[in-house]
Amino acid sequence: MSMEHTSPQNRDAGTSVTTAAAGHGVPERFENPGLAPHRERLSDKDPVAAKRAEWQVAIIFLISILATVGGVVGFYAFPVDQPDLGSIRLSHLSLGLGLGLGMLGVGVGAIHWAKSLMSDVERTEDRHVMQSDAETTATAADMIRDGIKDANIGRRPLLKGTLAGAVLLAPLTFLVPFIGGLGGDWNIDRFRRTAWAPRTTDDGQTEFVYLAHDPGGGRIRAADITEGSIVHVMPYRLEEEYENYLDEKAKAVTILIRVDPRELKEPEERRDWSYDGIVAYSKICTHVGCPVALYERQTHHVLCPCHQSTFDITDQAKVVFGPATRPLPQLPIAVDDEGYLYAADDFPEPIGPSYWERDRV
Amino acid sequence: MKALAAKRRHRAAPVVLMVLALVVMGGLFTVFAPQPAEAEEEIVADAAEGERLFITNCASCHGMDAQGSEEVPSLIGTGAASVHFQVVTGRMPMVANTPQAEAKPPQLDEQAAYDLAAYIAELGPGPAIPSPTQVDPELGDAANGMFLFRTNCAMCHNAVGAGGALTEGKYAPALWESTGTEIYEAMLTGPQSMPVFNDATITPEEKRDIIAYLDAQRDPHPGGLSLGSLGTVPEGIWAWIVGIGGLIGFAIWIGARSS
Repeated sequence: MSMEHTSPQNRDAGTSVTTAAAGHGVPERFENPGLAPHRERLSDKDPVAAKRAEWQVAIIFLISILATVGGVVGFYAFPVDQPDLGSIRLSHLSLGLGLGLGMLGVGVGAIHWAKSLMSDVERTEDRHVMQSDAETTATAADMIRDGIKDANIGRRPLLKGTLAGAVLLAPLTFLVPFIGGLGGDWNIDRFRRTAWAPRTTDDGQTEFVYLAHDPGGGRIRAADITEGSIVHVMPYRLEEEYENYLDEKAKAVTILIRVDPRELKEPEERRDWSYDGIVAYSKICTHVGCPVALYERQTHHVLCPCHQSTFDITDQAKVVFGPATRPLPQLPIAVDDEGYLYAADDFPEPIGPSYWERDRV
Repeated sequence: MKALAAKRRHRAAPVVLMVLALVVMGGLFTVFAPQPAEAEEEIVADAAEGERLFITNCASCHGMDAQGSEEVPSLIGTGAASVHFQVVTGRMPMVANTPQAEAKPPQLDEQAAYDLAAYIAELGPGPAIPSPTQVDPELGDAANGMFLFRTNCAMCHNAVGAGGALTEGKYAPALWESTGTEIYEAMLTGPQSMPVFNDATITPEEKRDIIAYLDAQRDPHPGGLSLGSLGTVPEGIWAWIVGIGGLIGFAIWIGARSS
């Protein structure tokens, strides 16, 4: 099928383009211009240039060889089984450069060789019709029709029914473990609350959850928080009380910030949610759930590192900038007789980003 | 020389000259750059000298009695640690009213910083300058420091202390060059945008653990090119411009007709 320098007339006329706007000097049809005349390279005409290209390719291959040798030498020269990070760094560097330059040299050399020295005479191969001729298609259709008739599926309803049943049931060995593996716990309500929720003990007492240092775990005295400080907190004794405490921690992480109480703007119903200028807000951004914790002490803004949502801590964590649409949920806090901070209640709404069952704001 | 003169119009000449100039400049800088003075001997702070320094260097903004004004904070009760931090990092005296006072070559030496700190500490009680053992990274637990740094500091200062941006031109500085004393004082006093981490929030031992963690980050990077440890932005720039740019370059070269 292959031939050199196919003339335009031999080509399929379908490859040329018909324009809608004929006239104005634009031809009605663009004729296929065919292959441009073959142009000889410098290395085809000049033996010196060919020799130069040969040397270039050889040098590129030589660089590859040297890089590979260098990488292997580097592996032995820079041991990684000692605490010297500089040696590990050099080992990685020499292995990486050896492997990289070794492979790149082979590729670049081969392409340069092909481009400059191997034959570059253009060859064309015309397309042919994809469809089989009428006789072949008719024969194939006859064969299928005969096959169906010979199989006699219609006359054996028992086999038809059992086959359909087998086919339909076969995926169950995949689907049953897949759905059954989700576990029996369908209590979706636990997504709505966090480990801060007060618990009712067996004798009807309400047990509140203390605030604790993250990661230290010790309880926090209100008097120990200086104005202008931020404390990263989690529920007290979280690790002891929950089997999957990291899941609970991920939902319950909270920032505790103390500001000048005169600067707080609090609505009447939240007046007792803070304590002497100490406020607690969820650390999970209401945009897509990153930890919001860049606290600028002078502006009282907390920033989310992911998309720069900015919340004003003195004004109910209102969104002042960025893609978040709802303020951070506030954790109502109080102080016990010994001065330790505890959560008076859970967050008033589910923490974190929006989801389908949440009231839209 | 004649061969060199003939090459001066070569198309690679500007690039070669540029590289040469950069290498020469870099070399000269390393040779002549001022080396930070090592304070070996014990410094005895002199509050009277501190008051004199305060009047000449600070009183124009902070007031003759360090009481401050509407725009300028009062220094009464800020303590020695805050003054020492602001002066030795060059943040104070401030040069211009920028979004935040930036670290620059210190205007006053270590002795002057101690004198000023002693004077301000006399005006009202505040956090003191930590002792050398309190900030010795050798005595800290770098692994525990990592936990603390990751929770309390990394969101602004980056996971390894490379710094990061805040709002409106403010930023959390990189901590590569900060001394243990400076890191300790910054946590204790909360300079500018930084919140305060007092000794109840992060205990003195934990502060030393954090210093040990940051000290460990200054070791050579074992993983090759760290790109400043700045995270996804430089890594993305590298991947898109150098990586994908290189691939496009190779594709163009492979497709181009050989001359």
